[in-house]
Amino acid sequence: MPSPLPDAGRVRALIARGKLKDTLFQAVGIVFLAVGLLVIFLLVGDMAIRGAARLNPDFFTHFASRRAAQAGILSAWVGTLLVMLVTALAAVPLGVAAGVYLEEYARRNWMTEIIEINISNLAAVPSIIYGLLSLGVFVYALGLGQSILTAGLTLALLILPIVIVSTREAVRAIPESIREASMAVGATRWQTCRHHIIPYAMPGVLTGVIIGLARAIGETAPIITVGALTFIAFLPPMPFAEIGAGDRAGLFDWLMSPFTVMPIQVFNWTSRPDPAFEVNAAAAGFVLMVMVLSMNGVAIWLRYKMRKNIKW
Amino acid sequence: MQGDFAQPASGRHAGGGRLARNVMRNLGESGIEMLLFAAAAVSVLTTLGIVYVLVSESINFFGRVPLLDFLTDTQWTPLFYDAHFGIMVLVSGTAVSSLVALAVAVPMGTVIAIYLSEFANSTVREVAKPVLELLGGIPTIVFGYFALLMVTPALQRIFPRLPGFSLLSAGLVMGVMIVPYVASLSEDAMRAVPMSLREGSYGMGATRLHTALHVVVPAAFSGLAASYVLAISRAVGETMILAVAAGMRPSLTWNPAEPAATITSYIVQVALGDLPHGSLGYQTIFAAGLTLLLITLVFNILGQWLRRKFRENY
Repeated sequence: MPSPLPDAGRVRALIARGKLKDTLFQAVGIVFLAVGLLVIFLLVGDMAIRGAARLNPDFFTHFASRRAAQAGILSAWVGTLLVMLVTALAAVPLGVAAGVYLEEYARRNWMTEIIEINISNLAAVPSIIYGLLSLGVFVYALGLGQSILTAGLTLALLILPIVIVSTREAVRAIPESIREASMAVGATRWQTCRHHIIPYAMPGVLTGVIIGLARAIGETAPIITVGALTFIAFLPPMPFAEIGAGDRAGLFDWLMSPFTVMPIQVFNWTSRPDPAFEVNAAAAGFVLMVMVLSMNGVAIWLRYKMRKNIKW
Repeated sequence: MQGDFAQPASGRHAGGGRLARNVMRNLGESGIEMLLFAAAAVSVLTTLGIVYVLVSESINFFGRVPLLDFLTDTQWTPLFYDAHFGIMVLVSGTAVSSLVALAVAVPMGTVIAIYLSEFANSTVREVAKPVLELLGGIPTIVFGYFALLMVTPALQRIFPRLPGFSLLSAGLVMGVMIVPYVASLSEDAMRAVPMSLREGSYGMGATRLHTALHVVVPAAFSGLAASYVLAISRAVGETMILAVAAGMRPSLTWNPAEPAATITSYIVQVALGDLPHGSLGYQTIFAAGLTLLLITLVFNILGQWLRRKFRENY
C-alpha cells in the first residue's frame, strides 16, 4: 500500500521548482521594464551625442536654412511657445468648467450620460482625425487659415479630455463635508465652487494640464494635416511692432501668422535624404525631448507631492 | 453674500430687498450653470464636428468614386492620371504594422503588468510607474526618428536585405510606444481582483506565479482583453512613426519587411503636398480619415463593451 503522504524529497523538489519559476518570471519582468528605461536613455543619449555639434546658442537664434550647418530652430521654438499659449488659454478654462459642471452640477440623466460617453470616446480618437476636423472647420469653414490660432485650438480640443478627466478626479477627491460647510453658511453652488472646490482642486488640475500640454507639444500629425508650412524664416509680428512704412502690428496679429513648431521641424529634417540634416534633427529632437520630459517630470513630482501633503 | 449680513433685518423693505437679491442671485446662478454646461457641451460639438466634416467630404468623394471600387480595388493611386482608389492597400499597411506592434506590446505589457501587480514591492512600483509614464509621453515624431535612424540600421545588421523603410521597424517601435498603455490598463484590471482570491490560492500551496497565471489573470481577463483591444485602436491611429520610418509608397502587402503606406501616413503625405480645397485628392484624405475613424471606433466600442460585459462582480 503506497504511503498517503508523498515523500519529502519530491515535495522539496516541487517547491524549489516553483520558486525557481517565480524568480525567472521576476527577472523577465525586470528586464522588460529595463527595456523601457533603456529606450528612453538610448533616445536622449543618441540625440544628444549626434546633435552635440549643433547644440550651441546659434542653433536657438537662427532660422531654418537650406544649408544644414547654418539652420536653427528660432521660428520653431517661438512657434511652439505661442501655439502652447493659445492651447492652454483655450483648454484650461473649457476643461475646468466642463469638469466642474459634470461633478458638481450635472443631474444623472441621458444628457450627462451622452457627454460622459462622448468624452471617453474622444480621448481614444486618433490625433490625425483632429487634424482633419480642424482642416474642415477652422481652416476652411471659419476661414482662420493655417495660423497659430488654428493650431492652438486644434491642440486644445485634442487635450480637452485629459483636462476634463483630471479636473473631475481632483474635484471628486474633495470630501463632501467641505461643500456642506460652505452651503451651511449660505453660499450658493457657484460660490462653493469658486471659493472652495476649484481652489482645492487646482493642484490636480494643474497636473492634468501639464500632462496635456506635454502631449500637445509633441503632436505632429494634426498640425501637418492642417497644412502648416515647414519652411518659415520669419517670426510672428510682435504686438505694436513696426511692419513697413508707418504701420504697426495689432495686438493680436500674431494669432493669424503662419508658423512652424518643434516637432514639424524635427520631421522635416528627419525626412530629408541629406545626412547632414540628421544632425539637425537630432539636436532639435533633443531639445523637444528635454521640453517634454521636464514637463512630465514636473507633473509626476506634483502628483507625488500632492499625495504626501493632502490628507483630508 | 456679505450684503445679507450688512443689511439690517428690520422694516418691510428689508424683506423685499432680500427677495429681489435672491431673484438676482438665482438668475446669476443659473446663468453660470448654463455657461458651465456649454463648456461641457463643447466635447459633444467636437464629435459632431468630426462626424460632419468626415461624412460630408466623404459623400462628395463617393459621388465620384463608387463605394464598391473603394472597398475592392487592389491599387491606391489617387494622384496619378490612371487613378485607383482601393482602400485595402492602405488598410493592409495599417494591419501589418499594428500586428507587429501588438506582437511587441501585448507580451511585454502583460508581463510588466503581472510583475508590477503581483511581484513588485512598493519601491519598485514607485520607480517603475513614472518610467512607464515618461516612455508613454515621448513625442511620436521622436519615436519615428528612433525607428528610422537607430532601429532600422540595427535590424539591417541582422537582416541585410531589409530596406531603409519598413513596416517592421516602424511596428516594433510602435509596440514599445504602446507598452505603457497596455501595462497600466492591465495592471488596473489585476489590482481590482480581490485579495481573498489570491489568499485562497496561496493557502492551497500555490506559488506566486501559479496564482498570478491561474487565478489573477483569468479573474482579470476582461480587463486584459479590453487593454489589448484599446491598444489595437492606438496602433491603428498612430501616424508619425509610420510616416517617418515605413515609407509612404502605397502597396498591397502582408510582408512586414517591406515599405508601405498606411491610412494615417497617406493623410500626412497628402497634407504635405499642396492640394487645392475641393479637389478629388483633397477629398480622399477625408474618405481615408472616415475609414480610420470607423476602424478605431469599432475597437473602442468592443474594448469598452468587454470591460463592462465581463466585469466580474466580487
